[in-house]
Amino acid sequence: MSDKMTLNKSLLIPLGVFSLLVLFLALGFQLKNPHLLPSALINKPFPEFQLKDLHDSEKIRTLKDFSGEVALANVWGTWCPNCLIEHPELLRIATEEGITIYGINYNDDVDKAIAWLMRHENPYEFSVVDNEGILAIDLGVYGAPETFVIDRQGVIQFRYVGPVTHAVWQEKLLPVIEHLRRSESE
Amino acid sequence: MIPEFGHFALILALGLSLALAVLPAIGVVRQETLLMHSASSIAAGLFVFLLLSFFCLLTAFVQDDFSVTYVANNSNSALPIQYKASAVWGAHEGSFLLWALIMSGWTLAVATFSGGLNLDMKARVLSVMGALSVGFISYLLFASNPFERSLPFYPPDGADLNPLLQDFGLIVHPPMLYMGYVGFAVPFSLAIATLTTGRLDAAWARWSRPWTNAAWAFLTVGITLGSWWAYYELGWGGWWFWDAVENASFMPWLMGTALIHSLAASEKRGVFKSWTVLLAISTFSFSLLGAFLVRSGVLTSVHAFAVDPTRGLFILIFLVFVIGGSLLLYAFKASGIKSQASYQWNSREAMLLVNNLLLVVATAAVLLGTLYPLLYEVLTDGRKISVGPPYFNRVFVPIVTLLFLVMVVAPHSRWKKTSSNLLVRQHWPYLVAAPFVAITITLMMGLALQWIAIGMETLALWILFLLARKWWLSEFRISSASYLGMLASHSGIAMAILGVVVTVYYSEGRDVRMAPGDVVTLSGYEFRLEGVSRVQGPNYVADQAEFHITKSDKEIAVLRPEKRYYSVAQNVMTEADIDPGLFRDLYVALGEPIGDSAWAVRLHVKPFVRWIWFGGLLVALGGFITLLDRRYRRITKTVGKLVAGVPA
Repeated sequence: MSDKMTLNKSLLIPLGVFSLLVLFLALGFQLKNPHLLPSALINKPFPEFQLKDLHDSEKIRTLKDFSGEVALANVWGTWCPNCLIEHPELLRIATEEGITIYGINYNDDVDKAIAWLMRHENPYEFSVVDNEGILAIDLGVYGAPETFVIDRQGVIQFRYVGPVTHAVWQEKLLPVIEHLRRSESE
Repeated sequence: MIPEFGHFALILALGLSLALAVLPAIGVVRQETLLMHSASSIAAGLFVFLLLSFFCLLTAFVQDDFSVTYVANNSNSALPIQYKASAVWGAHEGSFLLWALIMSGWTLAVATFSGGLNLDMKARVLSVMGALSVGFISYLLFASNPFERSLPFYPPDGADLNPLLQDFGLIVHPPMLYMGYVGFAVPFSLAIATLTTGRLDAAWARWSRPWTNAAWAFLTVGITLGSWWAYYELGWGGWWFWDAVENASFMPWLMGTALIHSLAASEKRGVFKSWTVLLAISTFSFSLLGAFLVRSGVLTSVHAFAVDPTRGLFILIFLVFVIGGSLLLYAFKASGIKSQASYQWNSREAMLLVNNLLLVVATAAVLLGTLYPLLYEVLTDGRKISVGPPYFNRVFVPIVTLLFLVMVVAPHSRWKKTSSNLLVRQHWPYLVAAPFVAITITLMMGLALQWIAIGMETLALWILFLLARKWWLSEFRISSASYLGMLASHSGIAMAILGVVVTVYYSEGRDVRMAPGDVVTLSGYEFRLEGVSRVQGPNYVADQAEFHITKSDKEIAVLRPEKRYYSVAQNVMTEADIDPGLFRDLYVALGEPIGDSAWAVRLHVKPFVRWIWFGGLLVALGGFITLLDRRYRRITKTVGKLVAGVPA
């Protein structure tokens, strides 16, 4: 039996390679916590903006156009496949749940965006055109789609990155909205 | 009540897995036979309780118990019954329960069919496997419990299963894949157990071989089914996407393939022992890494069905313990292992070594491509990049081409030394015949000569001819099941190469706009769109198109591709329709409506595409055949019977 504890250094190579791999995985892991809002933005007022309305380029929309109800702001684009995935659910939320959704059309082509909404129906109260990503930068948008829950005072209460599916609505957004409605009606 | 029973059974299983990890180990240290003997019965108990837990979840699904969050998220009362059952492993929590169940199944199999292992060794192996189960089951209980209830307010109906997964492919694909992933835990545990004793002998390699082959064969079936499923279900007409999830299953397969070959050399000739141990550890490590990549959401992927960072962290820590620990053990213990056998450059040993190097390089290439986007993001502070098929094709194809070249020669070489004379004498007739046949068939099918394609076809035919010659020379009576299995698997690879090459080089496909009455001609086939109508399915409505396909005025097929709208999950799905054939597939997928009556349509004629999956299944069958080998008979008598029932 050769049970001596001599260490052949080359046998440590696999361990070294693995450690490097773990280091990267761990770093990569911290990079993406896509479903969490950087805490800096929670409980901050929705950033001010002055942007054109998608359907009426004469009209400038600002924060004042938000109605003072608990509402959703949704960052979308025709270039974003996940936006199409969440679209039916947004339609359902707007019509069946009666929640106002404001659209932020991000990095897109205005004509394409209008055609896209014609084809797939429009769940938005209105959409603003954010082609330079001005509002998106203020919001710290990570990629489309992103959805923000805004309370009556226009304060961001929740942020969700990724497509809003029915499950996401039920598990993530609805509880927040119900909580806001309850606490504010008291 | 039933979900609570399931939960409770899972907790008991955790207790049993702890006992399995600890008690036999204590037995080994103190040399108490009673404790060592306890391993088998604990393993049986572990399996029973996990099975019970699994059936409880199954019952919750079948009975539409939507108070269970996992059921509510992945099922619906309108879902057909077979999908309710397969929805058990349709998402994260349930698939991990299946994973843990399969792990305990392999553990029980080792405990049952380990007649040849001495008590000490058996206790060590089972203890390692128990420790792995502790990790899996605590992950289930603490990070992804499928039995969690959403009481008192639960939804009246479920959110439905992802429509992509409502398919026969999903019923069988994940279990096969997990059988493979988790099966590699057996050679891993054997390697760890052997390292702790410090005795690596031929017996260890002989022991590992059938288990490795079985796990690898299951994984092969899983990957093949996955590829087939992607082909007909994802609606893109491709059969491999170099997607992160696919790569996650492909890497352990490549390593497992290397391990199989290296084990053969270790057993027969006593060479590469230390290397083989490292491969056994790495193969299972790649299985775990695959689980991490798929489940953590570190990489985004077209079919990342379950993504959750906290779970990823748990798996990462588990990886560090299991893989890091094993490699540390390896670093300290493997230096005592000596391989004493000499061989020449043209021997079978040398060719197996080259095979191993190429497979490892191929795995590294796939790993690099898979992780590069992440690496890039880490190093550039958040900038994104994606690595697609161009990278993989450019890097991977040359490596495997070399591998195939070795594969032509290696099975016909000798241990220690092969005389060059013999090599030339064996090969020259086939080296002439193969390209001749390839060119003749290509011309007969009326296809253009593409030299790279002819080259690859030559390789594949060369492999096939030589294998057929072996079989012929033995007068179709090969007594060794191992050898027969090798012939089958190698033939399967050659078939798959033929399928891939012909499909890649001679497929024709077009995306066109078609209105009813329009005709499009592709590779001599005329596709005519008759019309599009609404049809109602159990949990969806669909636009169904009808295509009549004719060739020289003869009707070949009627295809009805669908665009389905799943009302509950609010999903749109493309359901392609395919006229399959041994020599060509006709493929039609319905895209978006354009204008009033026209539709975007994707048409494909794909020659030989089926050979890819037939080849894959033949490869797997070869793996299963080896289990019948008499040398393993003592251990695999029953496994063989079990396996004979598996569609492979």
